[in-house]
Amino acid sequence: MRLDPLLTERLVKSLLWCLTGLTIFVLIFIITFISVKGLPQLSWTFLFHDIEDMGRSGGILPTLVSTLYLTLIALVVASPLGVGSAIYLTEYTLEGWVTRLIRFGAECLAGVPSIILGLFGFVLFVIKLNFGWSMLSGGLSLAIMILPTIIRTSEEALKAVPREYQDVCFSLGISKWQTITRVVLPCALPGIMTGIVLSIGRAIGETAVVLFTAGASLRTPTSLFDSGRSMAVHFYILAREGLSMPNAYGTAAILIISILLINITAYTLMTRFLQKYR
Amino acid sequence: MLTREKLIEKALLLLALSAIGSLALITIFIFLEGLPIILKTGVSHFIFGAHWAPTKGHFGILAMILSSLYVTLGALIFGVPLALACAIILAEFAPASLTKILKPTIELLAGIPSVVYGFLGVVLLVPLIRSYLGGPGLSLLAAAMILGIMILPTVISISIDAMNAVPALYREGSIALGATQWQTVRKLVLPAARSGIITAIILGMGRAIGETMAVIMVAGNALSIPTSILDSVRTLTANIALELGYASGAHREALFATGIVLFIIIMILNSAATLIAGRK
Repeated sequence: MRLDPLLTERLVKSLLWCLTGLTIFVLIFIITFISVKGLPQLSWTFLFHDIEDMGRSGGILPTLVSTLYLTLIALVVASPLGVGSAIYLTEYTLEGWVTRLIRFGAECLAGVPSIILGLFGFVLFVIKLNFGWSMLSGGLSLAIMILPTIIRTSEEALKAVPREYQDVCFSLGISKWQTITRVVLPCALPGIMTGIVLSIGRAIGETAVVLFTAGASLRTPTSLFDSGRSMAVHFYILAREGLSMPNAYGTAAILIISILLINITAYTLMTRFLQKYR
Repeated sequence: MLTREKLIEKALLLLALSAIGSLALITIFIFLEGLPIILKTGVSHFIFGAHWAPTKGHFGILAMILSSLYVTLGALIFGVPLALACAIILAEFAPASLTKILKPTIELLAGIPSVVYGFLGVVLLVPLIRSYLGGPGLSLLAAAMILGIMILPTVISISIDAMNAVPALYREGSIALGATQWQTVRKLVLPAARSGIITAIILGMGRAIGETMAVIMVAGNALSIPTSILDSVRTLTANIALELGYASGAHREALFATGIVLFIIIMILNSAATLIAGRK
């Protein structure tokens, strides 16, 4: 027996819409649930006090400082590497085995699981280079993690800048490097920023890499070689050891909301940028 | 002037090698640390040995390899139908105004940290499984469901891009010939977007098999080969993360060796994805 195509059409469409509704519901539910449970926990004391009693009471100030510290180091290291790679790929070479090798490296690196990066950071930075569990080890490991994102988005941003701009510069006798720094980079900047902002979001939420390279000290880090726990690590320890559910929800709410705001910023930057050149 | 330009080009090339260089460094260090113990134990003993007691010198990771595979397979069973349904609706059926809001929303959700997914699994999913299906709750099933949700944004977003890349002309032709929208999608859009969709699924699989924090929190981490979906399991990633904090000597080397196995699996998946994506 063959089903009537129009009937099938209706059945399939309703089924697909249901599944889509379910998917969207699950994803929205996650954010709502954490916000509803976590936002009431937030207060001045919670945000700006030291951790007390292993996290059962007190605030999360040290974890905010550690998170900022780690993210900043990662950005300072990865941004020049990533943007430089993208400039080389788009402006200095023709497609060939070199670009293929570089892109293959970036793609594979993007797929490396965070626990492997954690292992690597642990053996190279913590042990071999003797940085110990520290902001430096954690930041460098995170830099490797976010490098592929920065390369990919910067490359797209640079490619979106119209070729005519460069042609005009060359015809005026301006050198290649000047063209890039004075014309191409300023035009591509919003697009490049998108990648950097996205990377901030990823670095803030990362746990496995940070846990094994920056440690989980409760104190506020004051130097590159101090250990400290990021917000995500703090949240993981609170939840896993059942130290304080209210504080876990509070930390999760801050994590999720800051990451969503960061990603929305990145998205808006990218849309504006693309609109300008299309 | 010319030399300065040349110098800049060389410097940029050096920067451009940072990604592949990092990848090489990672490979070298993981293998340097882990390979000796694999060779000492014997490759087949290491991979097919079911006994993991690192402090007593037993290094067999079969249970973890199987657990990782089962959990990943389970994640695909939960995640792929939902993701494909969502992608088909958003790429083909939904009005453009709705897609314009929903696609970025879903992509934003890719940013939710894995610890948060794991935490939600512990407070919401695990108690449900425990009271309705029995067992400890912390189980293969819980891990598979959480990972299934986690891979949704990746699979949905890449699949939508793949379907959007199919020229609108094909669809118009099909509709003009009297085919219904669903017939057009099934016989034309899906086959045409196949390589992109498969790439999406493989990337989702890589994400699931490499995921650590969420899995540690909901899978229970028991050291045995699972016989039911309600059994507590320990994946390759969980094994590394759970024991790295206190391991030393041969034990630590064995964790790096676990990392080598994971690394090889991921690299095979990534290469497959790149090959398939490049073929269209």
